[in-house]
Amino acid sequence: MIEIFQILLTESFWAASLRIATPLIFGVLGALICEKSGVLNLGIEGIFVAGAMAGWMAVWLGTGLWGGVVVAAIAGGFFGLIHAILTVTLGLSQHVSGLGVTLFATSVSYFSYRTALPKVSSPPRIEPFRPLEIPILSELPFIGTVLFQQTALTWLALFMVGLVWYVMNRTGLGVAIKAVGDNPNSVDAQGLSVYGLRIGAIVVGSALMALGGAFLTMSAFDAFFFGMVNGRGWICIALVIFASWKPGKALLGALLFGAFDALQVRMQTEVGAKVPSQVFLAAPYVLSIVALVIAARRAEYPRALLTPWFKGQR
Amino acid sequence: MIRIEPRDVNSAMFSYGVPILSAVVALILASIPLWLAGAPVLISYVEMAKGVFGSKFAFSEMLTRATPLMFTGLAAALAFRAKLWNIGAEGQLYLGAIAAVAIGTGYIEAPAFILLPLIIAFGCAAGSAGMVVPAILKTRYGADEVVTTLLLNFIIIIFLQYMLEGPLKDPMGLGWPQSSPILDQGMLPPLMERMRVHSGLIIAIVCALIAQFMLARSVWGFKLRAVGENVFAARHAGIKVNRTILGAAAISGALAGMAGVSEVAGLKGYLTSDLSPGFGYAGIIVAMLAGLSPIGVVISALFIASVFVGADSMSRAMGVSSYLADLVVSTSLLCVLIGGFFSRFKLVRTNLEGKN
Repeated sequence: MIEIFQILLTESFWAASLRIATPLIFGVLGALICEKSGVLNLGIEGIFVAGAMAGWMAVWLGTGLWGGVVVAAIAGGFFGLIHAILTVTLGLSQHVSGLGVTLFATSVSYFSYRTALPKVSSPPRIEPFRPLEIPILSELPFIGTVLFQQTALTWLALFMVGLVWYVMNRTGLGVAIKAVGDNPNSVDAQGLSVYGLRIGAIVVGSALMALGGAFLTMSAFDAFFFGMVNGRGWICIALVIFASWKPGKALLGALLFGAFDALQVRMQTEVGAKVPSQVFLAAPYVLSIVALVIAARRAEYPRALLTPWFKGQR
Repeated sequence: MIRIEPRDVNSAMFSYGVPILSAVVALILASIPLWLAGAPVLISYVEMAKGVFGSKFAFSEMLTRATPLMFTGLAAALAFRAKLWNIGAEGQLYLGAIAAVAIGTGYIEAPAFILLPLIIAFGCAAGSAGMVVPAILKTRYGADEVVTTLLLNFIIIIFLQYMLEGPLKDPMGLGWPQSSPILDQGMLPPLMERMRVHSGLIIAIVCALIAQFMLARSVWGFKLRAVGENVFAARHAGIKVNRTILGAAAISGALAGMAGVSEVAGLKGYLTSDLSPGFGYAGIIVAMLAGLSPIGVVISALFIASVFVGADSMSRAMGVSSYLADLVVSTSLLCVLIGGFFSRFKLVRTNLEGKN
């Protein structure tokens, strides 16, 4: 037990927690926007891959880091649009369509990567985002290391939490998105476009998910690997239920998750000899399932989630 | 204005035509990535066809690849019929394979007619358990089975790595993380000499026939379809919904577990952590292409296996990435989804007031 407290007191532990949480923050926010509008987006895992690949590839081709971020978001929006057409315009099963988008986005990304770089054995590297050092603040003893040595993408993620909260709770657009996920007929009666709101929400949400992927190749690492997303998208789908579709709780959930993951890596080195390393590797996934089971009963799903809506059909 | 209206009758032309058309469209669309990759398109298609129909061996390889896809396809089809989203066939496949290896590598010494059924029974039971757990989490706690089965896939693969480095590790394996080989009398007999295709294929087809019959003709099948089509109506009619879902979960998991048994006891002989190149996920596509019909699963598994085997051999000949196969297969899923829409609905041109 002493070891755990010692770990909790280190700066590197808290810095790592925030770093691990960053892609999840993007992913959970994206999933939250989609689901609030009434559409489950299981394309998330593939959109993470697409964002990671497209962002990295753009930087590698010379767009610059922020150019890569934009390209990743556009790629995410594109695959989101496919999901939107299938589930909103055509009203198809959101489960199957989402899985289809995941498989499609993943295979497009892998195929493009292999086609662009047919013969590389070790993946080529880019110059990733550097920690954003702020002159005086970065010198602060504890906070300085934890907060002010994160990269710009982590700051963007934290900013997005505030922005999504503001749009969902303080603007007419947010009210409309929430209404379209609860009672699309009432939105239609107001003269707003159910299709437009839902498609827009899915495209924007998917673009955010793709930034989570881009963080992996452009900040956490500096190259693209096959299988690097490794279920992070699915974890976001579990976290959004745990967060009961609230941006603040989504941040909390992602941070808790990041802290747990950072802890397990450090525990592994402490007690590695006694416990098989797989116990620690499996812990994040087990934790997600436990969080889901705890949250599922009291979760207030958006009422029209999974229900397609057609104009003129009541 | 264009309005969407349901079609009056669901004609046979659509239910058979749509999957075939989707498969063809997906194959045609593959010419775009082929062209982008700079490969001569027509020759690539010829190479792909040669990779499947070019020789007796090529064809038997396709049948070998189709076998696990039939099992995972059936697993997905039966569960999806009950609106139980089992996305965990990949993990359940490995549970089946782990059980097969645990029983079959010398733990029990018995003649084939005892050992083989035991291996199959334990493999199916392990796969079954892998789906019943998330089904209980769903029926008792309301935890979405899509997320739990997806996450379980990762947990089971980590568990597999532990087993291969620990309890199941082959002492003669030169340190590689792999299991000991299954005893000769525990192996599924091959179907043809000098070919890898094995009797797992026959078992898969028999399973499909039984599933087709049970689904269409038995009370169990009726309940399963009723729960899938309308939970509230089914509950109202006195069907025990949770029990039906758990039953579907058990059968679905068992079929996925059988995919693992068939791969390890029919083909490889021993277990490694790369036994399945995503057979579990591909099974979902197989099931959707089949319109969730068990007999259809057999046919669509043959198609998907042809794409994988054909694209593999094409990629070796033409130097195009073999991820093309995944691209064709996932495109065919999207096509069949869109096609399914047009077989159930028609677009009606209306005037601005929305009248006909």
